[in-house]
Amino acid sequence: MATVIDSKKACAVNPLKMSQPLGACYAFLGLADTMPMMHGSQGCTSFGLVLLVRHFKEAIPMQTTAMNEVSTILGGMDNIEQALLNIKKRANPALIAIASTGLTETKGDDVDGYLRLIRARHGETLAGTEVVYVSAPDYVGAFQDGWAAAVKALVTAFARPAATRVAGRIGVLPGAHLTPADLDELRELIEAFGLEPVLVPDLSRSLDGHIPDDFTPTTLGGATLDDIRELAACEHVIAIGEQMRGAVDSLATNAGVPGTVFDRLTGLAATDALVALLMRLSGKPAPARLKRQRGQLLDAMLDGHFHLGGKRVAIGAEPDLLFALASLIHEMGGEVAAAVTTTHSPVLARVPTAEVLVGDLEDLEQRAAGCDLLLTHAHGRQAAARLGIPLMRVGIPQFDRLGAAHQLSVGYRGTRDLIFALANLFLAHLHAHGPDDWPLPEAALAAARGAAPAGCACSAPAETVIPIIPA
Amino acid sequence: MDARVSAKIQSVFEEPACEHNQNKDEKARKKGCTKQLSPGAAAGGCAFDGAKIALQPIADVAHLVHGPIACEGNSWDNRNSSTSGPQLYRTGFTTDIGELDVIYGGEKRLFKSIREIIDKYDPPAVFVYQTCVTALIGDDIEAVCKRAAEKFGKPVVPVNAPGFVGPKNLGNKLGAEALLDYVIGTEEPEVSTPYDINIIGEYNLAGELWQVRPLLDALGIRVLACISGDGRYHEVARSHRARAAMMVCSKSMINVARKMEERYGIPFFEGSFYGIEDMSDTLRNLARLLVAQGAPADLLERTEALIAIEEERAWHRIAAYRPRLEGKKVLLITGGVKSWSVVAALQEAGLEVVGTSVKKSTKEDKEKIKEIMGEDAHMIDDMTPREMFRMLREARADIMLSGGRSQFVALKAKMPWLDINQERHYAYAGYEGMVDLVREISKTLFNPVWEQVRAPAPWDVPATAEEC
Repeated sequence: MATVIDSKKACAVNPLKMSQPLGACYAFLGLADTMPMMHGSQGCTSFGLVLLVRHFKEAIPMQTTAMNEVSTILGGMDNIEQALLNIKKRANPALIAIASTGLTETKGDDVDGYLRLIRARHGETLAGTEVVYVSAPDYVGAFQDGWAAAVKALVTAFARPAATRVAGRIGVLPGAHLTPADLDELRELIEAFGLEPVLVPDLSRSLDGHIPDDFTPTTLGGATLDDIRELAACEHVIAIGEQMRGAVDSLATNAGVPGTVFDRLTGLAATDALVALLMRLSGKPAPARLKRQRGQLLDAMLDGHFHLGGKRVAIGAEPDLLFALASLIHEMGGEVAAAVTTTHSPVLARVPTAEVLVGDLEDLEQRAAGCDLLLTHAHGRQAAARLGIPLMRVGIPQFDRLGAAHQLSVGYRGTRDLIFALANLFLAHLHAHGPDDWPLPEAALAAARGAAPAGCACSAPAETVIPIIPA
Repeated sequence: MDARVSAKIQSVFEEPACEHNQNKDEKARKKGCTKQLSPGAAAGGCAFDGAKIALQPIADVAHLVHGPIACEGNSWDNRNSSTSGPQLYRTGFTTDIGELDVIYGGEKRLFKSIREIIDKYDPPAVFVYQTCVTALIGDDIEAVCKRAAEKFGKPVVPVNAPGFVGPKNLGNKLGAEALLDYVIGTEEPEVSTPYDINIIGEYNLAGELWQVRPLLDALGIRVLACISGDGRYHEVARSHRARAAMMVCSKSMINVARKMEERYGIPFFEGSFYGIEDMSDTLRNLARLLVAQGAPADLLERTEALIAIEEERAWHRIAAYRPRLEGKKVLLITGGVKSWSVVAALQEAGLEVVGTSVKKSTKEDKEKIKEIMGEDAHMIDDMTPREMFRMLREARADIMLSGGRSQFVALKAKMPWLDINQERHYAYAGYEGMVDLVREISKTLFNPVWEQVRAPAPWDVPATAEEC
């Protein structure tokens, strides 16, 4: 339904986009006992690390190969070798997960080759620590592309065909747009049918803000290597977000695991589709509490439509998050008047709006003129202030608020909460009418004064009618 | 390496005004002022990060980052440097180069970007930051900036500090070099007074400059330019007419202070706004330098009178916290802030400093710490997070004051922690700042939350306890 266009500007102003290697390392943060590392200059890691620390208010383990000019020109093998040995010695993780950066991709480092040589040289020293590598140049794609590439690389590296399938075991491959709270909700939903979910990556066990018993230099938890290996023995795999299709396809091709990609799990129909699948896979009826939750969502939709109906909303988000939010706004009777995203994706064409722009927050700000609400990450705060409209923070980063990890927007309960949050924002910004809100046009005033008719009242501008975009 | 960047780096490394540097032999000096980074065990920002930190506080300038999205997209609007006016420095500008730019070169995109910015935002100047990828493919930002400046009739300043040339503190200096080469001395102030000073290396984090400025205003001292906190392009361009300068102790811009002395005869001293005695010394030194440069001598007496009143007021306010804080133990892990100047204030409030970091301190600093804390002062050179965690867990300290990096070490050990580094939101400069610091420590230490989070969960309570 939507036309997808690219920005024609040479200069990106107020970036919406974050880089691929950061998205890749974000995925690695959802793995247990892992040290993510960027193969690049130390700034690549430091910027990404600070961004995630400020978003989660958590320590973020992330290393760098600390490339300088000379090592870049000569090739980064020595740096990767030293880095692996250093990390092994200091943190001894189960997995060291490497993402390339713009710098080392421009040089063209053959990291897969380096890793083979390093393994051959230090096999004994590095025993007990797996190493995985994903190519993620900064100048291609965006955050969610890096996440998708990382998950695909993990699945491809570790999920080998299994001799037998484990009945009731369901693999879950969440997209980068889901929060730790979303993952917990998904886990509960699946467990409600007596099924056993295996989440990869699993941020709900690493970045949910728990307090570990001891100091840990690596990730605080997450999917284990065995979890990734066991994906191959799952009865079925559920992926959330179009970005995860590559990983699902890889599992199907390499391990023959059947999979379903849900392009979103925000909204009534979307959640119903998941519940139907879980009923089919488990052969069990939906439990009573789920039925109650669905009823609560219906009520929330009825209560919320008064406030969301007819509202013009501007959204700046990565493709899968944009699609989920825009679809919900549309289903609640709102209009997605402006949509800006970070990277191309097949899902963009299905966003219920006229046009999706791959651009920045300056574009969003221009297109959001006349809108009632801005939905984007925390960097939208300056634009929202200038536009004089409320901002709801969605996605990453949300450095100026607490609780980003616990924002829930999937399933019946998540959709219900999101509707309430949106409606409450509108309620908090209700426009109080004043005596000058409904002025008469000049022609009417002149007529009332008894002056000769100045023209036909029909010259007034016609009403703008919002076109209806089918869902 | 780009020959110009290489020459700049050498000149920065040879900095004659830096004591660290002068104590080294020829070979060590050539190696530069930083340890070689260790892959897999490194932390901290790159040279580009440092250059941006140093210059971005100039609030009315458009700061354009030439490179892929990571450099600006992952980092923009994330610093707490305050402005009293223009907001343009908070707008993120980047060429966001793509694959094709990497292959064909990004110079055209850069030139067009500068034009778009001037058309849309009309800033007094555009600063263009080089990054690793565009440096590696050979984009000549100096040439593009020169051409753009001619074409658009506006200063376009190249800041050549790509991330991979070194760490953050080198970038601070390279950024400052751009000011020396392209900005300082290019305009003349409308009026000049014998009370004109520059403050160099102060970034107005959390608005700290405003805790100090009222003191200067009261004495009639005019800040011609602050480089770069709450700065304006034209102020920096005219800063060469100051009579004296203060270099903030972190040394991040020592090259600016020294070269301005060399080129324009502006004497400088190294001072600090942190700690009560430091603040007083800074005011004294400023007054002394200005008087030596020809300002009326009564400035000295007026300064002493102001110091006497303000010190008395600050000590009096801090002493009020003594009954609450007496005997509480503090672990002080600081980066740029001179720890001994803070130690004195903490002791006045009755706190016992059980350890302080000396990683970045000079020999004199260490002597001073011994003087204040006694011979058995626990000086920590480099503490791993694991050691910090253990020290806090074992309750050898009641509170840790440190930078954001070790924040979670303290919080996960369920120990009070106070941010005293650059990302903080509280201002701790001047007399006011020290009182605020002690107040914050008190607020943090006595928050009821600590008792609650340390209480055992119901399932951890021993059975015997439940029975009785």
